[in-house]
Amino acid sequence: MANLQLRRVRKSYDNIEIIRGIDLDLHDEELTVFVGPSGCGKSTLLRMIAGLEEITSGDLFIDGERVNDIPPAKRGLALVFQSYALYPHMTVAENMSFSLKLAGLSKAEREMKVAQAAQILHLESLLTRKPKELSGGQRQRVAIGRAIVRNPKVFLFDEPLSNLDAELRVRMRLELTKLHRQLRATMIYVTHDQVEAMTMADRIVVLNAGVVEQVGTPMELYRNPRNLFVAGFLGSPKMNFLTATVESQNPGNVTVKMADGSRLSVPGQLDISNHSQITIGIRPEHLRLTNTGSLAATVTTVEHLGSESYLHVLTANSEALIVRVSGETAVEADQQVNVEVDSSALHLFDQDGTSLRSR
Amino acid sequence: MAAHAFNTTQPPPRGRRGVWSLNTPTITILFLWSLVPLLMTLWFSFRRYNLMAPDRIGFDGLGNYRYLLTDPGLALAIWNTILLLGAVLAITIGLGTVLAVLFDQEFFGRGIARVLVLAPFFIMPTVSSLLWKNMMMHPDNGFIAFLMRSVGLKPIDWFAVVPLTSIIIIVSWQWLPFALLTLLTAVQSLDAERKEAARMDGAGPIAMFRYIILPHLGRAIAATTMIETIFLLGIFAEIYVTTSGGPGFASTNLSFLIYRYVLQEYDIGGAAVAALLAIVLANILAFFLMRSFARNLET
Repeated sequence: MANLQLRRVRKSYDNIEIIRGIDLDLHDEELTVFVGPSGCGKSTLLRMIAGLEEITSGDLFIDGERVNDIPPAKRGLALVFQSYALYPHMTVAENMSFSLKLAGLSKAEREMKVAQAAQILHLESLLTRKPKELSGGQRQRVAIGRAIVRNPKVFLFDEPLSNLDAELRVRMRLELTKLHRQLRATMIYVTHDQVEAMTMADRIVVLNAGVVEQVGTPMELYRNPRNLFVAGFLGSPKMNFLTATVESQNPGNVTVKMADGSRLSVPGQLDISNHSQITIGIRPEHLRLTNTGSLAATVTTVEHLGSESYLHVLTANSEALIVRVSGETAVEADQQVNVEVDSSALHLFDQDGTSLRSR
Repeated sequence: MAAHAFNTTQPPPRGRRGVWSLNTPTITILFLWSLVPLLMTLWFSFRRYNLMAPDRIGFDGLGNYRYLLTDPGLALAIWNTILLLGAVLAITIGLGTVLAVLFDQEFFGRGIARVLVLAPFFIMPTVSSLLWKNMMMHPDNGFIAFLMRSVGLKPIDWFAVVPLTSIIIIVSWQWLPFALLTLLTAVQSLDAERKEAARMDGAGPIAMFRYIILPHLGRAIAATTMIETIFLLGIFAEIYVTTSGGPGFASTNLSFLIYRYVLQEYDIGGAAVAALLAIVLANILAFFLMRSFARNLET
């Protein structure tokens, strides 16, 4: 149970800067997800918090205490590794009690804590087994159990579900969310999977190339991405991007000219001059097929998921879009369609990729 | 059916004769290779056969066995063989494990240090024994004698006073690189995340070695012990070059005892019995080794 503060935290290896100045406040009892593409530095940042990587410059505070120079075991954190990193020669119970044994707890105390953790994780019947006799999901739970027995201030998870198959991943995702509520623990969870981030997080930190792009609750980030990167990263399928120019601005609405020559009236006020190039972002669920739709397009592929379908379409000037339609759609490939844009749900970005408004 | 002829999934008909004709050359060679020498050794062990008395050849019953088993040198040779094996194993595996962990760390000049520490293994046993005999352990010219004199001590005549210990030192020096090499590769194969997990769990260097690294090395230690045992049972060149098994039988092991029978006493019959005894000893050791390490090798 703890608060974490990162102040201008940086990390470099041989003059290559991996983490480029990060300021973050992580709150007690929250599940914070670090999400970003591979190589963005999210795992490195987690390992710096854990103490496995040195912090090149900047400060890390846990509950107000600066811990830069405190060794990993003394920071009161527990890390669950992607590979689980169980000790193969020890039984499940020994794996879980190893840290307690090193800390000098008596056998009775150790057994009690292991029993408690095993009960939470439904591992009671597996305590005498070796890791190699367990399934992937069970190993995962042992790795979490090893963290629980230490009663850490903060739980750290480094892509813990990426070695599991799709079905198990969905189940463990739910279990972890439940566990978080049950333990009322502070957790930091690293993943490259935006679905995990959206479904599990109390608060998402989107990282890219060693900097924080945006911090907020999942729906805040989904509704109001601050820039093109966040807009494109969160949401599946991805947000569609179209180029356009600002044609005229009237009080209360703005007219933009699309690349194919059609015009859109966007409600709201923009802080940008006429004739400037902008990028329009629109999510697949905010596009509809109608007879009066302003964008003429050709369907290239139809993906049926059952409950819904995704149409991959090409506009007249070859911009690719994805449209979400009902699962019962009769539209087929090579068909001509008109796409209507819900202009109240548009995201507008300037040429640097920064959002032009925050609603 | 005509189509049946084209059914290629059917294996070609192959009788027992076909299999045998293919296996016979291998079996024959292996038979000649291993069994014939063994049978000849057995044959000689029952014969009176001394090259110094070529006219007195004939069946001797258990004469050779009686002679060998009452030879006071035999018990000493067996004891020396076991002592040599045990001491060298303990030194090379023990020191090798510690060095393997140290050589796994990052330090300046690690590449060169690794080459240097492996060097003794590439030197021929006769050469390294000569180096140790004349340049290191020689009571007048040796480097150790020089060191002892320079601190005011009286130099030791190593091969006269502690012959077996001297040979243990030489053989350990030769075999340490082998143990280090196999154990270092095992240390390097340890998952980095497992070590980090142990660090997070609060393991310092000693706990890390005791609870994480050492269990991980179990199999490599077992394999190294077995391979070294095979070679150390037959140590010969080091003894021949330095002490010639002496003084008395103080540094004679079984393989040197056999040599003494054949080429110092020209007693082929006696040597054959000693050789059979060596086979029995090797098998007893192999049995215990396999049994104690089989559990390790299973996983």
